[in-house]
Amino acid sequence: MRELSLNVLDIAQNSISADASLIEIEVLENTERKELVIGIYDNGRGMTPEQVQNVQDPFFTTRTTRKVGMGIPLFKLAAEQTGGSLEITSEVGVGTRVRTLFKTDSIDFTPLGDMDSTIIMLITMNTDRDFIYRFGIDENEFTLSTQELKGILGDVPLSEPSVTQWIREYLSEQTQNIRGGV
Amino acid sequence: MKSLEELMAIRDKAKASMTDREGTGDGIRVVVGMATCGIAAGARPVLNAFVEEVAKRNLKNVSVAQTGCIGMCQYEPIVEVFEPGKEKVTYVKVTAEKVSEIVASHIVNGNPVVDYTVGAVVKD
Repeated sequence: MRELSLNVLDIAQNSISADASLIEIEVLENTERKELVIGIYDNGRGMTPEQVQNVQDPFFTTRTTRKVGMGIPLFKLAAEQTGGSLEITSEVGVGTRVRTLFKTDSIDFTPLGDMDSTIIMLITMNTDRDFIYRFGIDENEFTLSTQELKGILGDVPLSEPSVTQWIREYLSEQTQNIRGGV
Repeated sequence: MKSLEELMAIRDKAKASMTDREGTGDGIRVVVGMATCGIAAGARPVLNAFVEEVAKRNLKNVSVAQTGCIGMCQYEPIVEVFEPGKEKVTYVKVTAEKVSEIVASHIVNGNPVVDYTVGAVVKD
């Protein structure tokens, strides 16, 4: 993957396949420690300890469970090649948490890329789910919650073009605001 | 700064124009493969381009959706176009640049862009 934001999109698809109704995505950078934490947390059907092991190994994946495959191994590689790590905790019936740590000063650090596009796509293609997106650099951060947006929108869908456009501009402004504040 | 008040205004405006969007059940469906293979090959900008093009042209009978792995990972990004009463058309190695052509020629005017289809690209 050329951007970490594409890994996030990919991993979040697993949450959708696992029937999660709420997916939380956080991207938090600590500039002092030169670390980036990316987390994808869901309330989907969860995995057994054995499945958690299997999804981390590209060669042990069975073809019958098409949802899992190269996604987690690629994300894990991206994290580990910077000196960071990927951790999965999961419980059947409760959900799955994928948390990665990246060392941003590593020469092998993949740029975050276009996170806004990933979030927009997830929100507008899955209007029946809820997303909480948290983006922060050091002590500056913002949160976007589709539950909050839906409360305002009523029966106007998040995929309505003018609404999508608003979300895109909102994300872009908030992100720039936080990046500018550093 | 964008405000939530602004979103309320957008809601009211959208509500007024939403009624004529209904009854789109028998329209054209555009499906983009968004599994790991598709995403790695560049499906995200392709899907985005379809959504934007359809919104820009205000095509009310067209829906854009995503799916998992279509099965020919080396030809991703793959886009399938389903038209009622017609055979499915499969486009391979789609880029955002090709999207406006596909929308204009195929979706709007009913002429598939043969050069980008799986039949033209994949030669045994």
